[in-house]
Amino acid sequence: MNPSDNLHPASGSFWNDTGKSGISSWIFSTDHKRIGLLYFWSVLSFFLVAVVLGLLLRIELMAPGRTIMGPETYNALFTVHGAVMVFLFIIPGFPGAFGNLVMPIQIGARDVSFPRLNLFSWWLYMIGAAVIIIALFTGGGPPDTGWTFYVPFSARTGTNVSVAVFGVFIVGFSSIVTGVNFVTTIHRLRAPGMSWDRLPLFVWSLYATAWVQILATPILGITLVLIIAERVLGVGLFDPMKGGDPVMYQHLFWIYSHPAVYIMILPAMGVISEIIPVFSRKPVFGYKMIAFSSIAIAAAGSLVWGHHMFTSGISDRAILIFSFLTFVVAIPSAIKVFNWVSTLYRGSISLEAPMLYALSFILLFSIGGLTGLILGAAATDIHVHDTHFVVGHFHYVIFGGSGFALFGAMHYWLPKFYGRKYAEKPALIAWALLFVGFNITYFSMMVLGMKGMPRRYYDYLPEFAPLNLVSTMGSWILAVGLVLMLVNLIRGLRSGEPVGNNPWGGATLEWTIPSPPPTENFSEEPVVTHGPYDFSKAGKP
Amino acid sequence: MDPNLITSTQAAVDPVFMFIFGACLLLLVGITGAMVWFVIRYHRSRAPQPTSQNDGNVWLEIAWTLLPTLLVLAMFYYGWAGYLALRNVPKGALEVTATARMWSWNFTYANGRSSSKLYVPAGKPVKVNLVATDVLHGFYLPAFRVKRDLVPGMTNYAWFVATKPGSYDLFCSQYCGTGHSAMITTVEALPSAEFTAWLNKEGSGGEHPGKELLEKQGCLGCHSLDGSPKVGPTFKGIWGRSVTVLTGGRERTLTVDEPYLRRSILEPKADLVKGYPPVMPASPLKDEELKSIIDFLKSGGAPSLKRDGAGLEIK
Repeated sequence: MNPSDNLHPASGSFWNDTGKSGISSWIFSTDHKRIGLLYFWSVLSFFLVAVVLGLLLRIELMAPGRTIMGPETYNALFTVHGAVMVFLFIIPGFPGAFGNLVMPIQIGARDVSFPRLNLFSWWLYMIGAAVIIIALFTGGGPPDTGWTFYVPFSARTGTNVSVAVFGVFIVGFSSIVTGVNFVTTIHRLRAPGMSWDRLPLFVWSLYATAWVQILATPILGITLVLIIAERVLGVGLFDPMKGGDPVMYQHLFWIYSHPAVYIMILPAMGVISEIIPVFSRKPVFGYKMIAFSSIAIAAAGSLVWGHHMFTSGISDRAILIFSFLTFVVAIPSAIKVFNWVSTLYRGSISLEAPMLYALSFILLFSIGGLTGLILGAAATDIHVHDTHFVVGHFHYVIFGGSGFALFGAMHYWLPKFYGRKYAEKPALIAWALLFVGFNITYFSMMVLGMKGMPRRYYDYLPEFAPLNLVSTMGSWILAVGLVLMLVNLIRGLRSGEPVGNNPWGGATLEWTIPSPPPTENFSEEPVVTHGPYDFSKAGKP
Repeated sequence: MDPNLITSTQAAVDPVFMFIFGACLLLLVGITGAMVWFVIRYHRSRAPQPTSQNDGNVWLEIAWTLLPTLLVLAMFYYGWAGYLALRNVPKGALEVTATARMWSWNFTYANGRSSSKLYVPAGKPVKVNLVATDVLHGFYLPAFRVKRDLVPGMTNYAWFVATKPGSYDLFCSQYCGTGHSAMITTVEALPSAEFTAWLNKEGSGGEHPGKELLEKQGCLGCHSLDGSPKVGPTFKGIWGRSVTVLTGGRERTLTVDEPYLRRSILEPKADLVKGYPPVMPASPLKDEELKSIIDFLKSGGAPSLKRDGAGLEIK
């Protein structure tokens, strides 16, 4: 057996059935699976860079005073950590990687509606990322504004804000293009019999997400252009000396960036809605409510941005309305959680790695969501706003939620595209390390915030020292878990046990075709005759 | 909630924390408990086949839509009522103006007295008018659950009452650059009589006028008087010290004298002391003010009485 056979067990799959060869068969491919893998390995690389930055931040905060870096370096690191995680990892992560890999197959299509536009979106992403990287090493050095780029500071600082913001602007277009492509694909390319009420819930969540990408991202683009105009032309839109208003910038920024949180979390909820029924061998409970709540979250979530601004000086009436709407968004999220837990009832539950990530998602996302209620209520938000409580809360939602869902998706779906599977035992150990390390790291932060430690603090008073040390030690456990998970996963994909069409006993269409799938996905167009979680009619594992 | 019944801001906010945390804890225990129980009870080793293919129940969906709705509406209402207490300043509150700049605080009182710490009378409500001169800052008093941003071009306010005498932390909560975490001071709540005495004291009690200027201009936010390192070089023993500076990108060594100090105050970016960030704003001072400051620095920048209250020491 030569190495290439070893890498690709199924001949005639999308791995080797291509007219081009070498790197150009990837970076110029219009196959949704190849583009999905391009996205996957790109976002994973940026994720690992940002993880290293996060670990350095935690080491600096291990003890009061200077530990390993000065305040300018610290401020640049937390800015780059946040911006890379948000704009280069978690926003493109689900739609770009797993949306591309799985969605067309789940609806029975050969590809997305606009394959070349799809490739273009990856190129835009990489060009934007390159511009951001250039911004770090040229001009006044990496931006030190925080990923929120608040004016007037971002308009005054000597660091390379304009170039970095331009990079984010380009990445934004890649997100819009993917959104347009997915909405069109889901409307137009569903196989015969794939009615809206048979659509897998992951597809429903991507559909809701795509609308947010299309409608909200242009506002980010405009806002970022305005920062550049402020810095380069001095137009004064946000400068009170010229009749501008710094608070207007915050509105514009959060009109996009709050819905962006739903770009990060909705597809993660879709992943959980796929994994839980499969590993319980039971139809998902309340399919319609879960699908509808994705749309409800996307719609209501676009109207709550003001809850980031309760201390900014916006009017009390605005706070009344934004606080109310924020609580409205909590309801569809709660509905999803109740339905997932009910799916487990009287099932036959198998605790393999994807399921462990899905179950821990429910707990960690619930903690993130419930602490969000503290932030939604006007009185309590005032105390914890801009403290480490927010940092902890956000990481529970986005790392404990989206991140753990992504890890679950990696264990669940990557074997489909590599035809080989990771080893189960190291996967369970890695999960346990991640789960324990995660809670130690971020729960400590929430307690620190309750005690009054503000965020973006390079240095702190001695009373905050013990919990900061605990949090830093938690981050090391987290890091070990992450390395073990990735090593085990990558080894499995390269040389693990081959898997058949349907290793988990799933009932959605991707499990009816070979692993890895052929370039055209289906040898003939499938005709869908049952729902996505109807295990009695699906092929037995 | 009747604002007259509110005895302090923390008394208005803490019950809301208790209510939301309590309700959330119950929900979390319920969700997690059910999940863990189902996973154990219906694990494949005990339940080789699912015993139900039930995929929904309308009444359950209605129940778990309506009950959370009622719960979050209650949270919303209590949160709003508590917030109103933070906005309604009791009558007869003492007014103080807080001015924030990168990276120091200055508090001025109706009679013109100013200070880098916020002195207040214990037991009396204080209304703080919030003014920022450069970028966004945040006025945060964790002990009183009070926070409000300081926005250039806009006057915000906050109020609180220190029910007991004591010293309470005051943080900058809105990120403002290099010295953000060093932009901390304290609220000093004094017994009423002591506070009145402090407020009506002439000047700062025989302090050098140059030192008062340094404090008022916010210089001490970044330059210590006791030799401790901060964002900028310390003033302790600065006169006659030999420093390495970058002038137009070229290194040179010079001795601190009057022309150097003047230039550094009026054009801070002309000679940058090596190893420090180029962040100091220019301070257009009058000639007699410059003389006064230089005279004070000549005296060696004698250590201040106690902690200067204008910043956290970086060790």
